[in-house]
Amino acid sequence: MKIKQTNVVSANTATKKKPHKILAEMKRNWQLYVMIAIPFIYILIFKYYPMLGAQIAFKKYTPKGGIWGSQWVGLDHFIRFFKNPQCWTYIKNTLAISTYSLVLNIPFPIILALCLDYCRSKAFGKTVQMVVYLPHFLSTVIVISTMNMILDNRIGVVNNMMQILTGSKVNFLGNAEYFRSLYVWSGVWQGTGWGSILYIAALSGVDPQIHEAAIIDGANKFRRIWHIDLTSIRPTIVIMVIMKLGTIVTVGFDKTFLMQNSVNLRVSEVLSTYEYKTGLGGARPDYSYATAIGLMLSVVNFAMIVTSNKISNKLSGSGLW
Amino acid sequence: MKSIVNKKNKIKGCFADKVFDVLNFIVLFIIFFLVGYPLLIVISSSFSEPTALLAGKVWLYPIQPTLAGYQAVIHHKQIWVGVGNSVFYTVVGTVINMVITVLAAYPLSRTDFAPRKFISLMFAFTMWFHGGLMPTYLLVRDLGMYNTRWALLIPTAMNVWNMIIVRTYFQNSISESLFESARLDGCDDFTYLLKIALPISMPTLAVVTLYYAVAHWNVFTAAYIYLQKQSLQPLQTVLREILLLSKMQEVSVDATAGETNAQQMSEILKYSLVVVASIPMVILYFLIQKHFTKGVMVGSVKG
Repeated sequence: MKIKQTNVVSANTATKKKPHKILAEMKRNWQLYVMIAIPFIYILIFKYYPMLGAQIAFKKYTPKGGIWGSQWVGLDHFIRFFKNPQCWTYIKNTLAISTYSLVLNIPFPIILALCLDYCRSKAFGKTVQMVVYLPHFLSTVIVISTMNMILDNRIGVVNNMMQILTGSKVNFLGNAEYFRSLYVWSGVWQGTGWGSILYIAALSGVDPQIHEAAIIDGANKFRRIWHIDLTSIRPTIVIMVIMKLGTIVTVGFDKTFLMQNSVNLRVSEVLSTYEYKTGLGGARPDYSYATAIGLMLSVVNFAMIVTSNKISNKLSGSGLW
Repeated sequence: MKSIVNKKNKIKGCFADKVFDVLNFIVLFIIFFLVGYPLLIVISSSFSEPTALLAGKVWLYPIQPTLAGYQAVIHHKQIWVGVGNSVFYTVVGTVINMVITVLAAYPLSRTDFAPRKFISLMFAFTMWFHGGLMPTYLLVRDLGMYNTRWALLIPTAMNVWNMIIVRTYFQNSISESLFESARLDGCDDFTYLLKIALPISMPTLAVVTLYYAVAHWNVFTAAYIYLQKQSLQPLQTVLREILLLSKMQEVSVDATAGETNAQQMSEILKYSLVVVASIPMVILYFLIQKHFTKGVMVGSVKG
């Protein structure tokens, strides 16, 4: 690590020095420049060019004028969006789902990781890990259809059980009021195991000597989790929270879209599905309007990340950067 | 995992610790059950007799085991067009991904590479801010990739997060002295990358390969947006039609003998289809699983 540090310094000073040093570096490392060329061009075209393309949010896009030649209209599309009485429903739906899932998806992986870390039977722990990671690798379509199969009103195993236990069935799938819970809990089912890996890694890095000292001092496992483990993995938790906050207005398009039907549309129409429908889904696509919605989402997400990172840096001294 | 061994109480555990151990086991078992049971039910149902399945008799294991559902899947042509396309997108897409990822990760892991900081920042920025759905769609369309296989291969040629995982591994695991001595022996960067850096990074490269392969196998949105032709559709689009939209005309015609159980067949086919469609990635997952903690942990180190 130390060697690396000094090299960074020398590389930095090299760039600040005279131009022939830069040329010397390029001559020495020409192969590195050749390698980075393809990914660099890829990023420029497929990540930065669309950022320039987002200017059509402020233009009236016409196929003839394209991105660059269409007429500027200022904030028209944004104003139109907020004048649409439905827009607040979409915003509310989006925030309801994302905060609901945020609240569950932060603590659950931590609890699972702690349980696994303190599991006394190694074989049982390994088995649990193997099973809980698995749903992460299933596709959204598969997860949704598995959920539909389990909860099905006629033959689903959950309803059959409820029939026996309570004598009545619940129509989970045909009822809009369950949509949010289905969306969020299926996400918990799919993501908790995978989400715990980072914490398991962080917990295995906790110094065992601290635990030994605590045991000698008479601390039980509850106290050790609270005072030692959770304190040690705090930086990891902070980073995960920041990253999750950075997606607060993004409720994934594919899952929402795949779960959407005429019954639940009232609660399932979120900003990303609305963006898709206005831009590509309808009979009269409105590219500029959809771009304006997408741009707002990007900007809010970015602002959330920057702010939460700043706050976390100030409060806890750690953050993403 | 050494810490776990050390954490086990060698001094006789107090009452609270015993309570803890019992609670811990119960919580773990509940999680295990909640995640595992739906998977088990789907697998058991897929091997069950359709009548038993529809009567709600499948609780744990297959009732009157049969392969009827799998036979129906085998005879369903549309599924195999989807599987073929998805295999193509997954194999070709992942090869492209890995080449570009390594080409970016290696230079950025080299501390004497002058534009390293600038380029790293430029790449990382795209993780937090992006142009959005429409500008990307317009770009893909203007490049002539709309309705071609390229649309699922090129726009996702590299994932910055995966690149950072590989870069961090290169940086932390490959010692500076090894590089210096190789260089003194006249080893240039290409040779060093191929002969030394890649071979010793195999576990991480395997994990990242899995990430990319899963992403390609499970792609839905990009296919839905960019592909119209039926013949180009990946498996997930076909799955959506059969599993979620219940478009099943074909199956009743060519997979069942009698018309009476056509409805039942289309029901059990769904279960078998879920299993068949998930198997490739589940196998890959089991093969690469042992490297997970390492691969993800390295990626979590901020850089």
